[in-house]
Amino acid sequence: MMDFWRRFRRNRGAVVGLCILVLVLLLSATASLLFPDSPWDMAAAPFMPPGEMGMLLGSDSLGRDVAAGIAHGARISLLVGAVSTAAALLIGVTLGAIAGYAGGIVDDALMRFTEFFQTIPSFVFAILLVAIFSPSIGSIVFAIAVVSWPPVARVVRAEVLSLRSREFVQAAEVLGKAPLAILLTDVLPNALSPIIVLSSLMVATAILTESALSFLGLGDPNLMTWGFLIGAGRSVIRIAWWMSVFPGLAIFLTVLALNLVGEGLSDALNPRLARRRA
Amino acid sequence: MDLTRLPGFLAARLAKAAVVILAIVVCNFLLIHAAPGDPASVIAGQSGAADERFLAQLREQFGLDRPLHVQLWIYLKGVLTLDLGFSHRQQLPVWTLIQARLPATLLLTGTAFVFAIVTGVTLGALAARRVGRWADSLITVIALTFYATPLFWIGLMLVLVFSVWLEWLPSFGMSSVGVELHGMAVVLDVAQHLLLPALTLGLFYLAVYARLTRATMLEVADQDFVKTARAKGVPEGRVLRAHVLRNAMLPVITFAGIQAGQLVGGAILVETVFAWPGIGRLAFDALLARDYAVLLGVFFCTSVMVVAFNLVTDLLYAVVDPRVEAVG
Amino acid sequence: MSLLSIEGLTVALPPGGDRPHAIADISLSVDPGEILCVVGESGSGKSITANAMMGLLPKSLPVTSGRIRFEGTDLLALEPEAMRRLRGARIAMIFQEPMTALNPVMRVGDQIAEALRVHGAGRDAARRVPELLAAVNLPDPEALARSYPFRLSGGQRQRVMIAMALALEPALLIADEPTTALDVTTQMQILRLIKEIQSRRGTGVMFVTHDFGVVAEIADRVAVMQHGRIVETGPAKEVLNHPQHPYTRALIAAVPGFPSGEQATAASDARGPMAKDAVLVTRGVEKTYRRGGGWFGKPVTLRAVHDADFTLTRGETLGLVGESGSGKSTLARCIVRLVEPEKGEIAFHGTDLRPLTRIAWKPFRRRIQMVFQDPFASLNPRRTVGDIITEGPMTHGVSRSEALDRARDLLRLVQLDPGAMGRYPHEFSGGQRQRIGIARALAMRPELLIADEPVSALDVSVQAQVLDLLADIRKRLGLTMLFITHDLRVAAQICDRIAVMQRGAIVELGSTAQVFGTPQHAYTKQLLESIPGRGWTPPDLSGTVAA
Repeated sequence: MMDFWRRFRRNRGAVVGLCILVLVLLLSATASLLFPDSPWDMAAAPFMPPGEMGMLLGSDSLGRDVAAGIAHGARISLLVGAVSTAAALLIGVTLGAIAGYAGGIVDDALMRFTEFFQTIPSFVFAILLVAIFSPSIGSIVFAIAVVSWPPVARVVRAEVLSLRSREFVQAAEVLGKAPLAILLTDVLPNALSPIIVLSSLMVATAILTESALSFLGLGDPNLMTWGFLIGAGRSVIRIAWWMSVFPGLAIFLTVLALNLVGEGLSDALNPRLARRRA
Repeated sequence: MDLTRLPGFLAARLAKAAVVILAIVVCNFLLIHAAPGDPASVIAGQSGAADERFLAQLREQFGLDRPLHVQLWIYLKGVLTLDLGFSHRQQLPVWTLIQARLPATLLLTGTAFVFAIVTGVTLGALAARRVGRWADSLITVIALTFYATPLFWIGLMLVLVFSVWLEWLPSFGMSSVGVELHGMAVVLDVAQHLLLPALTLGLFYLAVYARLTRATMLEVADQDFVKTARAKGVPEGRVLRAHVLRNAMLPVITFAGIQAGQLVGGAILVETVFAWPGIGRLAFDALLARDYAVLLGVFFCTSVMVVAFNLVTDLLYAVVDPRVEAVG
Repeated sequence: MSLLSIEGLTVALPPGGDRPHAIADISLSVDPGEILCVVGESGSGKSITANAMMGLLPKSLPVTSGRIRFEGTDLLALEPEAMRRLRGARIAMIFQEPMTALNPVMRVGDQIAEALRVHGAGRDAARRVPELLAAVNLPDPEALARSYPFRLSGGQRQRVMIAMALALEPALLIADEPTTALDVTTQMQILRLIKEIQSRRGTGVMFVTHDFGVVAEIADRVAVMQHGRIVETGPAKEVLNHPQHPYTRALIAAVPGFPSGEQATAASDARGPMAKDAVLVTRGVEKTYRRGGGWFGKPVTLRAVHDADFTLTRGETLGLVGESGSGKSTLARCIVRLVEPEKGEIAFHGTDLRPLTRIAWKPFRRRIQMVFQDPFASLNPRRTVGDIITEGPMTHGVSRSEALDRARDLLRLVQLDPGAMGRYPHEFSGGQRQRIGIARALAMRPELLIADEPVSALDVSVQAQVLDLLADIRKRLGLTMLFITHDLRVAAQICDRIAVMQRGAIVELGSTAQVFGTPQHAYTKQLLESIPGRGWTPPDLSGTVAA
């Protein structure tokens, strides 16, 4: 564990990313303290530029505080990112592990199924799902999970396949361990590092997808999100640039941080690759 | 692969593509039925559902009172004869609507794709060659930045800078409104309108290709055959071009195929930001109107585009990599 | 004057390594027409020496002092471009891994032609490429030049590499373990090829290897390396038969002797009459692999095992010997059901194991155990040694405390400290890990031990220790053993009887003495003739070398 932290720290970008991420987490945790009023309430005159009338980042077309919107939106972004990634992991790891371990026809069928989901334009499919099941935080998480599990399944399957032929798994087989025990104690623990790295990147992608859906007006109508803020600012960009610029920066920083942390994790978990990169 | 086996390979891939397209149709059909409420009103679109006579007509047309498999069969027959339904909102068949918008989308995605892959591979190769030096760091940082930025926000920022502040380029549409243009002027006008949207769509994928190319080039550069090339005295430039880059292109081709679907998804966002009159914009308008027939049609068409594109990348891969066998 | 002379060459290691220098103060020379063998175990710095001469060291390994004089010029003082012009033209190199040393997306002929072209001899390429391929004894050179590397076998690829290296008739050929990845018969062909070309053209050869058999086969002179230094150099005969340095003596003492007919007979007689009860009998076992097919292609079938009947009697060790792809490992894996054969009978004390269900098989797991080849892949990196050794017995209902006691005893038996229980596999060396793997198998108290190439991934000195350990355990516990190996010297040392496999079938089965003394099958004869250095009997150094 100490080793892991030492290797992680060696990647400076990853440390910066981790700091940003902690700040975003703090912001979302303290949103109700910093901005006790609902972000939907009118707080100032419409279209106030940043700094005026106590509006740190300006106000929007209905006089709502952009800064409050960003703080409250941070919660939703992180929540959607985390929950949909967890759901996608559940689907992906299960299907990938079964495909890799069972092999044969089961593997074939599951991989065709995965390939199909990887072929269809995922964002268009997500739009369709959210539109048909009507926008809500549930349908958004569902849609993002449905379109983002295939890479997990492929990675897990590849790992399981390569681990399966490794001699320590064969040794476990010769010792007479049950298949499920082998999968859980010998195979999956050794497939963990790529899954961890992948999931940090998936959270980033999920946040991007959620913001894009909200931008198109498919966000949960009761929740303030970053994508919604940008969408609202789109048509008035000529008079109120701050309405789109600041929420966009929030997304950018969060996603960047997650990517940096992902690279740091990858370096720390695969020291061999990290040395090559240097 | 040796080229005599290409026809067999092509046949296998075509068959596979057909299966995928069939599955997409089934998927569409299931979505209509999975949606809460009356399938007829889903097909008609929620906001157009008031017209009871139209709903009755839809039920008749799709056999909605008959068993599910019969309905599927009717639906399949419809889609395979390019009958993608009727937009009650716009009073036009969906296929007619899509057909009219398709060229604009192909122009946008095509331009963005070529821009992204050419620039991305070049930058990635450059970064790999100067690994650890400032050029590498710069390219890596740029790639990471675009990789982490929401596409639609890049679009908005470009509009803000180049259209609102600098007033250099138009911010919406595909051609200037209210002016008569002829010949080259039309091309120039479209090109001017195309620049920002194509750049927006391309930048993200540029980042993806740059990162991928850099990573695979570094990986290939470590392999034994590269050392063999050096050991026989091949000059460094040729080692990179003929040995490293050529092998590093293989994953890039694979990835281009996988990315195709996302490129189309990105087009919806970009067309929305720039009011580009393609099927993405059509989808956005349909979304506002909850016009599901159009949305399903767009999903089907974009899927077919991706499947076709995958077919091309598969063939390309098979031609480039001699190890590919003629099996699925 | 020497063709090549290295004086005081030192290459630094990146800080934080186990020693400051990869190689230190190396001095060597190669004369025209001479073969110098540089011998050492893994990590001795022999490959780094070879790469330094080509100017192919990575930036993390800088040359800090010394000179490399080649035909009168100091290579280390050359500009990169001048060095490039020498590479491939005057000094050529071949590598260990023929499977990865050729560009997979470039035709073989083009790769050879490239070597000619970059040195300004591209005009002759069309004529020279087939000539070169013919010169390394490859069939149908014209067609071969047009194929891609993946169509070629390992031996063929190594021939292509040699053809490429010789394209411009270099004065010096550096060969970095060029036969290590090859089967023994192919190895002998390549060794003969190198020797033939070298003597015909008067090329100087620096041949890097870990195998004293290979040294005995081809070397004129020998340099022995240990921890980045040369500890002994001299004419091959001197070093092989009268080694001076303790390390050289230890290495040579570890080389398994190759028994003459009488010795072998004596050895197996000494083991006394064998008990007649059969532990394992295989009859008509068949395993066929089908690959590919799909919708339009024809599947490729490979008969991995067929006609491989044998009987294993209590207390004996049967060696299953063959080259890669002969089916020896597949046969072993069929016995423990890691591979499921389509046909045949695998009778263990009269019970046919093949039709059993997974549940019905389980009791037999205790009685049949296996030791694997790769000490780095055969232990789960995320579990402690204690867990690894105890999990087998615990799966079969042994209590945790008893399993732990057993594990401690076993670690002592395989000569490891019982304190190893709480540590992870990566903290151990290859030889130690192999001992842990043996302890894991023994924890089940098996009657039959299947050892699949248990020493082939180990350095020769460690190999000798593990073989001694296996022999000792077998005697002490009265184990029956099936020993799979590609190395005839190893087989001769440890086995009572030997079964020779070729293309999925056992072609000859007899006592070790018979098989080595009076081989019947043509393939067995070919194998025996291919043992490198078979004319050399390692001197008896026992008593003078500390174990």
